[in-house]
Amino acid sequence: MSGPVRESAWREFAKGWWRENPVFIAVLGLCPALAVTASLRNALVMSGATAFVLIGASLVVSALRHVVPRQVRISVYIVVIATLVTAVDFALAAWMPVAHRELGAFIALIVVNCLILGRQEAFASKNRPVLALADAAGMAGGFALSLCMIGAVRELLGNGRVLGLRVLPAAYEPWAVMILPPGGFFALGLLLTVFAWLRERAEQRRRAEQARVAAAARSGGGAP
Amino acid sequence: MREREPGPWRLILTLGGAGWLAGALLVGVYLATDPSIQRNRARALFAAAQRVLPGAERIEAWLFKEGEPVRYEGPRDVPPPPGALFAGYGPDGTLVGVAIPAEGPGFQDTIRLVYGFDPQRRLVIGLEVLESRETPGLGDKIAYDPDFLANFGALEVEPEVVAVRRGEKRRPHEVDCITGATISSEAVVAILNRSLEAWLPRLERAAERMRERTGA
Repeated sequence: MSGPVRESAWREFAKGWWRENPVFIAVLGLCPALAVTASLRNALVMSGATAFVLIGASLVVSALRHVVPRQVRISVYIVVIATLVTAVDFALAAWMPVAHRELGAFIALIVVNCLILGRQEAFASKNRPVLALADAAGMAGGFALSLCMIGAVRELLGNGRVLGLRVLPAAYEPWAVMILPPGGFFALGLLLTVFAWLRERAEQRRRAEQARVAAAARSGGGAP
Repeated sequence: MREREPGPWRLILTLGGAGWLAGALLVGVYLATDPSIQRNRARALFAAAQRVLPGAERIEAWLFKEGEPVRYEGPRDVPPPPGALFAGYGPDGTLVGVAIPAEGPGFQDTIRLVYGFDPQRRLVIGLEVLESRETPGLGDKIAYDPDFLANFGALEVEPEVVAVRRGEKRRPHEVDCITGATISSEAVVAILNRSLEAWLPRLERAAERMRERTGA
């Protein structure tokens, strides 16, 4: 891989984690982010399944981007995504039956996760496989990070535990609401606020830095 | 320059090829995963049979062959053939009850369940949903809502099981539905009634044969 390609791939990979995080910035894929995050373990399994589908679909769509006519591209994307989701469904039923039972219909619903179809249309269908892979891996990573953060917050406050291990003292009275559906909204709202605040702070710093550079240039330019 | 439009055959071939490849891949995945899925199903079925028959320590599968109940001697790592019953024996070898798998249409897809039946008292004594694709957060509560499942702890089956709105259960053959999941609750009751209608005439004979094996 040449230097510029490596650099582009790294940029595409990095953007999904923070700058274009699918859940906290683009607000995509909220259905699983709210529904399967009552525990960190379920969030991890859903993240893995979504990552497999997103990366697999992006590679296939990118590799076939010159072969598939524009008129039928969406149908082909759906066939590719649905095939991968069905494969994941079978694999989980075979090798992780407890997680498969707990996630239930949400595995099949990965097909309609707009993050996946969105990345095919917006990126994979227009870029070569190495960049599509980097983009999908970064987006999958950002999605996993979001789900795990929501899952960890909910499990911690709702049970006093993380991954089944006690973290808060036994005297802690669990907030049962956090593992119920409204808890998903509370945790998501809390984390969206934190992300928005961090983004705003970074933006203010950037503006201050720009102003400082501009002021330095003006004072330097005015000198004899 | 405007791109040339592809002809209809190219579109048909592209979609047909995608469908064919997807089908071939799924057949491969199915063949690779099916043995494990069957093993998990068998384990889940035997474990659920034990749970819906409180007090049962040993579970045996039974089948009807030419109208006669016979013990199923097949492997335990694949689910017994359709139509199998599960006899649950207590620690002293007495028959606790019979677990009966049943399935039927739900709100979205087929609901598979297993319920425990005490042939002596003619009561349903437990029910567990094995598989459903009901609406998450609403219909899927049929699998885990403790109040709904408590309906099946000692449920009379005559004249028939009846679904009523939550809080309106007055008689021992009524089932309180789940608020917001009435269709799924009613689907469970319908599956139960259909299964009981088919099994009740034969259950007495089956229970007799199962009791003969007591202490075996």
